[in-house]
Amino acid sequence: MTATDTALQAAPAHKARGYWATVGRRIVRDKVSMACALVLLAILLAAIFAPYLHLADPYQGSMVRRLRHIGTPGYPLGTDELGRDMLSRLIYGGRLSLLIGILPVILAFGIGTSLGLVAGYAGGWANTAIMRTVDVFYAFPSVLLAIAISGVLGAGVVNSIVSLTVVFVPQITRVAESVTTGVRNLDFVDAARASGAGALTIMRVHMLGNVLGPIFVYATGLISVSMILAAGLSFLGLGTKPPEPEWGLMLNTLRTAIYVNPWVAAMPGVMIFAVSICFNLLSDGLRSAMDIRN
Amino acid sequence: MLEPIEDLGGAAQPLLEVKGLVKHFPVGGGLFAKTKVVQAVDDVSFTVAKGETVGIVGESGCGKSTTARLLMQLMPRNEGEIIFDGQLVGESMSLRDLRRAMQMVFQDSYASLNPRLTIEESIAFGPKVHGMADGAARTLARDLLTKVGLKPETFANRYPHEVSGGQRQRVNIARALALNPRLVILDEAVSALDKSVEAQVLNLLVDLKREFGLTYLFISHDLNVVRYISDRVLVMYLGQVVELGPVDEVWDGPAHPYTQALLAAMPASDPDQRTEVPPITGDPPNPIDPPSGCRFHTRCGFCEDVCISTVPRLSMVADGAHQAACHMVIPGSGHTRAPAASEAAA
Repeated sequence: MTATDTALQAAPAHKARGYWATVGRRIVRDKVSMACALVLLAILLAAIFAPYLHLADPYQGSMVRRLRHIGTPGYPLGTDELGRDMLSRLIYGGRLSLLIGILPVILAFGIGTSLGLVAGYAGGWANTAIMRTVDVFYAFPSVLLAIAISGVLGAGVVNSIVSLTVVFVPQITRVAESVTTGVRNLDFVDAARASGAGALTIMRVHMLGNVLGPIFVYATGLISVSMILAAGLSFLGLGTKPPEPEWGLMLNTLRTAIYVNPWVAAMPGVMIFAVSICFNLLSDGLRSAMDIRN
Repeated sequence: MLEPIEDLGGAAQPLLEVKGLVKHFPVGGGLFAKTKVVQAVDDVSFTVAKGETVGIVGESGCGKSTTARLLMQLMPRNEGEIIFDGQLVGESMSLRDLRRAMQMVFQDSYASLNPRLTIEESIAFGPKVHGMADGAARTLARDLLTKVGLKPETFANRYPHEVSGGQRQRVNIARALALNPRLVILDEAVSALDKSVEAQVLNLLVDLKREFGLTYLFISHDLNVVRYISDRVLVMYLGQVVELGPVDEVWDGPAHPYTQALLAAMPASDPDQRTEVPPITGDPPNPIDPPSGCRFHTRCGFCEDVCISTVPRLSMVADGAHQAACHMVIPGSGHTRAPAASEAAA
C-alpha cells in the first residue's frame, strides 16, 4: 500500500479521544459560542468579585442626582430613580439575578432529567405514574404556578428559587421523557440489553450521552425565562425586596422613569437580554458540537 | 476473550430447543374500545442442533423477527419454553447467562450501534459487562476487528457514522462475537446491504462459524441467501411454522403450498425460465383476526372444507426430517389430496 492510500484511509481517523473531549474541542473552535461564553464569564466574574471592584455603594441614593444620563462624570451608566449608581447596581444585581436565573434551572435539570429518563426507559406503569403527575403541574400557566407556590411559601430569594424549580421540573421531564423514549427504541439499546447489561449501566453508558444534548439545550433556554419570572415575582413582592439590586426588580422600579430617561430605564433589560441571548447561542453551539455526525 | 461456555449435553443434545412459543400483542383498546390481539407468534416449536445453521424465511410480518427477539428475551413471551443446551431458561439457566451464550445481529447496522461510542467502545461494552477489565476488553475489540476484516488502527476510534454500511455490519458481528457466544441470531443481518457487500459478509459469517465453532439462526426473506447458508430451514406464515426440514429437501420438494408459492416467486436468472404468472396474490391476512383452520387457506389453490375447519399439525413428509403443516401431507386428514391413513407407516 502506498503512502497516499494510507493517508486516504486514515483521513477521518482521529486520536483516541472520548466523546466529551471531542465535544469540547469542537465548541472551542466555534467563535460565536466562545464570544458568548466570554461575555457570560465576564458578567459572572464581575458579579462574584463586585466588592473588590471599588464601585459606588449600590444602596446609597441621593435625591439631588436622580436619573442622571449615561455618561455623566462619576456615573458612567447614570443613576436610577433614587439616585443610586446604575453601574454598581447592575453589577451587584448580577449576583441575585444570575443565581435566581441559573440555580432553578440547574436543580430542575437534575430532577427533570432523572424523572424523564426513568419514565422513558422503564415505560409501562412507571411512565404513566410519573408523566400523569407531571401533567397536573402542566395544567397551570407557569407564571400562575410560580406565583401560587411563592405565595404559599412566602416571599424571599430561597422560596423564589424553590417555586421556579417546581415550575421547570415538569417541562424538563417532558422533554427528557420524549427524547429517552425515542432513543430507547433504537436497536443499540436492545443490543446492550442482549449483552446482559443492567438497566443502570445501559442508562449511564448508552442513554445519557444520547439524551443529554437536547435536554441541555432546552434547559439553557429556560434560564432567560427563569430570570424574567423571577422579575415578575419580585414585582409582586414575592421575590427580591427593594432596595436589593436585582435586574428584574430594577426593571420594574425604573419603569416609572421610562419617559424621563429611557436609556437608563432600559439598562436592566439590556442585561437580561444579553445574558439570555448568550445562553441561547451557547446552547445552540453546544448542540451542534454534540452532534458529532457532521 | 471470555472463557468459552462449557458444552453440557454433548453433540447429540440440541443447542436450542423452542417449545410452544407464543407472543400476542394487544392493540388498540382504551376506555371504550375493545382490546384486540395480534397473534405475532403462535405456537412455534423447533430445535437447533449444535454447529448447524437454521434459516427462518417468510414474508414481512410473519413473526420472524419477533421470534428472534423472544429468544433473546428482549420482550416477554406469553407462553413457551426455551431450552438452551438442556437448561431451561429462567430456571436452570439465568437470563444473564443466556445473554452471553446467545447473541444477536440486527438488520439496521446504524441503529444498532450507539452513535456516541467509538467502534472499539461499542465492541468492548459487552465483555466489560461480563467482568472484563477495560484494557483487556479494548484489546479484544481490536482483535475482533481484525477477525471481521477491519483494520483496528483505521477503524477502532471511528464513530459509526464514519464507516460504510457493510463495515458497520462487520462491527456488529464483532460486537456479537465479543461475548464468545455459542449461538448467534442473525436477524436480516445482510438484507440491507448491497449484493456485493452482502456476499462478502455472508462469506465472513461462514468463516467465523468455522473458526469460533458457532451455531447460527439465520433470519431472512431472501431465499437464495437462506439456501446458501442454511443446513435446515423453517418457513413461517402468519406467526406459525408451516414447513421445516433440510434446506435442499425443502427447496427441491416443497410440501406446503405456501413454500411452493414462495419458491416459485423467486426470479429466475434465465429469461426463458421466468415465471409469467404471479403464483401468490394479495397480502397476508390480518394477524389480528387470522383465518380459521389452516391460516393459509385464504390464499391457497388447494383449499377444501377441512382446511377451513381444522388446524393442520406439523407432520412428516416422506422421511423423518422434513415436516409440513398441510392437510395434503397428513394421512387421513380428509383432504382429497391427502395420503390414505394406511400409508402413514410408510
